Amino acid sequence: MSYPDDVRYTAEHEWARLAHGIVTVGITGYATEQLGDVVFVELPPIGKQIEASKTFGVVEAVKTVSDLYAPVTGVVVEVNTALTDNPAAVNVEPYGAGWMIRIKPANPADVDQLMNSAAYSRLIEEQHA
Amino acid sequence: MDTHTVPQRTPFFAFHQAAGGKLIDFAGFEMPVRYSGDVREHRCVREKAGVFDISHMGEFFVSGPGALEFLNHIVTNDLAAVAPGQAMYSPMCRPGGGIVDDLLIYRSHDHFMVVVNASNIAKDLAWMKEHCPAGVTLEDRSAETALLAVQGPMAPQVLQGHVPDAALELGYYRFLHGPLFGIDAVIARTGYTGEDGFELYFHPRDAATVWNGLAEAGRAAAMEPVGLGARDTLRLEMGYMLYGNDIDDSTSPLEAGIGWTVKLKKADFIGRDVLVRQKEHGLTRKLVGLELDGRRVARHGMMVEVNNRAVGAVTSGAFSPSLERPIGMAYIDKEFTAPGTMLEIVAGNARFPARVVTPPFWKHGSRK
Repeated sequence: MSYPDDVRYTAEHEWARLAHGIVTVGITGYATEQLGDVVFVELPPIGKQIEASKTFGVVEAVKTVSDLYAPVTGVVVEVNTALTDNPAAVNVEPYGAGWMIRIKPANPADVDQLMNSAAYSRLIEEQHA
Repeated sequence: MDTHTVPQRTPFFAFHQAAGGKLIDFAGFEMPVRYSGDVREHRCVREKAGVFDISHMGEFFVSGPGALEFLNHIVTNDLAAVAPGQAMYSPMCRPGGGIVDDLLIYRSHDHFMVVVNASNIAKDLAWMKEHCPAGVTLEDRSAETALLAVQGPMAPQVLQGHVPDAALELGYYRFLHGPLFGIDAVIARTGYTGEDGFELYFHPRDAATVWNGLAEAGRAAAMEPVGLGARDTLRLEMGYMLYGNDIDDSTSPLEAGIGWTVKLKKADFIGRDVLVRQKEHGLTRKLVGLELDGRRVARHGMMVEVNNRAVGAVTSGAFSPSLERPIGMAYIDKEFTAPGTMLEIVAGNARFPARVVTPPFWKHGSRK
């Protein structure tokens, strides 16, 4: 499995993409492969303050549930309401239509501190060793 | 998983890899949890047909004079009520009434085939050996038995022409010995999905013949391989027990709601005294079905409360692909087990409601 170069990654398998001062967040293809078919994503309300490494929501799959961890500290400015009727988008396009929340980061440079795709690939390999 | 133990593989391992199966450790075996997707595979079985590799399960052969009496002494159901060519489902209890395992026993003229859960093979063999009288032969034939299940309304169509016609006419829980794609097999009208279907027992050397035969025969029905993930949601929708979740050494069959498998009128069997007492005094807790209206899913291990008071715990839970809602099962204090009772599931800081219902959840199965 390959991991896109245009996003950064966390050890909890979220990805973050900074564009125009806003960070878009989702979960990686590795995460969706472990989870299986996603049936529901519980997202925070707009305006919620979230803290890096703390949970911001929950993803329910047919067979398992997982917490979602914020990659950076900031305020939720948008959530992907399309996931309500189409949670499968998370499996089909984890880095695209399956995005989950958008954050106005307290510090945009925080995203650069996250893993790049090569480092994330290595983490996955190590976890499987 | 014990990292020092090399996982075992069934005769179909290479086929799972070729079919894109995601292999996980299950009871010490590398098994496919899914191939294309949990929901797709689940629906494939409900609507068409699916094939499951369940070769990791154990098969013991019991024979000799006294075999029937021996088995009837260690299981709660009454094997005298089934004729050769018939199978019976039964728990096997401890003296305290707890369940060692739940079994499928196939009665033939001169022997019994006892099919056990993969996770309990060693435990069951030891238990049965301990209680096996002289003269009765007990053999573990798990390593020489491959097992595939073909389940779904189109299962008979898939097998037509590749098994004797008599096999397609078998009633539910009946079986026969006959050719399957030209090889020797036990063909049984049994299953764990609530749909019509067959469980096929044969020698591992015939694995490729049968797998490839099914792949070809299943094409017209668009049959697909189905993993253990969908196997679990299919059985949960039927309210079938999963050992380790819904039943274990600490639960009695009466508490689990499978009292129909307990035949107190037959001769004495292990656990009978406790079960008689439970029946007389009533139960303190019962396994109930849970139906949820929201999107949060009740999961194994979650606590259940009523008015902030703990009343039980979830044993099994998942999102039901057929009902498109979360469902589950839980042991609940007796006073809160009436159908319709509202309970609260606790998941960390989250709480969400669930309603007590009587399984099965899926009521439109094609099972004969």
